[in-house]
Amino acid sequence: MRTEDLIKALDADARDKAMPMGKAWWLAVGVAAMIAAVVFFATIGPRPDIMPAMHTMRFLSKFVFTAALAASAFTLIRVLSTPGASTARASAWMVVAPLLVAIAVVLELFAVPSAEWGRRLVGTNWYICLTFIPLIGIGPLAILLAALRHGAPTRPVLAGAAAGLLAGGVAATFYAAHCFDDSPLFVATWYTMAIAFLTLLGAIGGRLFVRW
Amino acid sequence: MTGKDEAELSRLLRAAIAGDERAYADFLHRIAALVRGFVRRKVVQGGVDPEDVVQETLLAIHVKRHTWRMDAPVLPWVFAIARFKLIDAFRRRGRRIEVEIDEIAETFAEPEPETVSERDINRALDGLPPAQRSVVSSISVDGHSIGETASKLGISETAVRVSLHRGLAAIAKRFGQR
Repeated sequence: MRTEDLIKALDADARDKAMPMGKAWWLAVGVAAMIAAVVFFATIGPRPDIMPAMHTMRFLSKFVFTAALAASAFTLIRVLSTPGASTARASAWMVVAPLLVAIAVVLELFAVPSAEWGRRLVGTNWYICLTFIPLIGIGPLAILLAALRHGAPTRPVLAGAAAGLLAGGVAATFYAAHCFDDSPLFVATWYTMAIAFLTLLGAIGGRLFVRW
Repeated sequence: MTGKDEAELSRLLRAAIAGDERAYADFLHRIAALVRGFVRRKVVQGGVDPEDVVQETLLAIHVKRHTWRMDAPVLPWVFAIARFKLIDAFRRRGRRIEVEIDEIAETFAEPEPETVSERDINRALDGLPPAQRSVVSSISVDGHSIGETASKLGISETAVRVSLHRGLAAIAKRFGQR
């Protein structure tokens, strides 16, 4: 087939339009959050003392971290799914969540006597954290990978990893409402591990499924 | 690649997305020429046919045109897709060379081994279900319109559009999956 002929076929198909990518991302994130919410409320649900917990800095700080991660990963994945878009600014935003956690960890180390550090880090719930963040995040990750397929990521592995970070951020936001371990030491350790697992899974998914 | 090109091509693609088919054909022709220049410069050794990469890039641009943000410049978007498809073609060729060692001996034995016009896209077209294949080749190779194709094949125009769309999507997908 000559290129000229191909253009005729493409032109004849001009009328058919797919959903614009910007809109598709908002839809995907909405559905992903809904899936995460359903899994969360059907399994572990929020902790019973959530109302008084709302008044403690440590509990609230968890949502600041996870929301910062989700928001920055959302910016990054949108850029990564658009060919030719500059990733510099979106990549820079990815520093925010780790930086906030690092600051909180330092403050916690000053606030708490060193004899307490180990107990706070291990917490009471780490195995639930390692189980449920991936469990809540796996459905959202699948949705986000499907959205990536709708897009055109020229770096599919990196884009898949960003999908894992976003799914992790969403899942951790819900999980944080369940977890009794509010210390930044706990969050920096176990949340990070659980989200890293989703990120790895996302990168593998990007490699295997995001082709175009 | 001048600023004038950029402005003109953005305008054409915006018009095309708004439903102007002539603008779309114009856009594709001009993009094909630009991408051809780019790919020919990049492909210095043999193995990859530049025109195959041009065609794969056009297909990808077509099926992914919803990823262009209308307020962003269009040329960086186009060349990012072209580069992606070019790398893909090199990778594929690297993989395929091992497979074809046996066939090369046969090719040398043929009195007329010239298959220059045999494009990858033809092979992809051959892999389509018959209904889609006849619609796609009627419109592309034979140059018929949607209406002519419909009456020639005895199906509705909607059916032609659906087959064309699915056929093109399937070809694009096949290029992506190898």
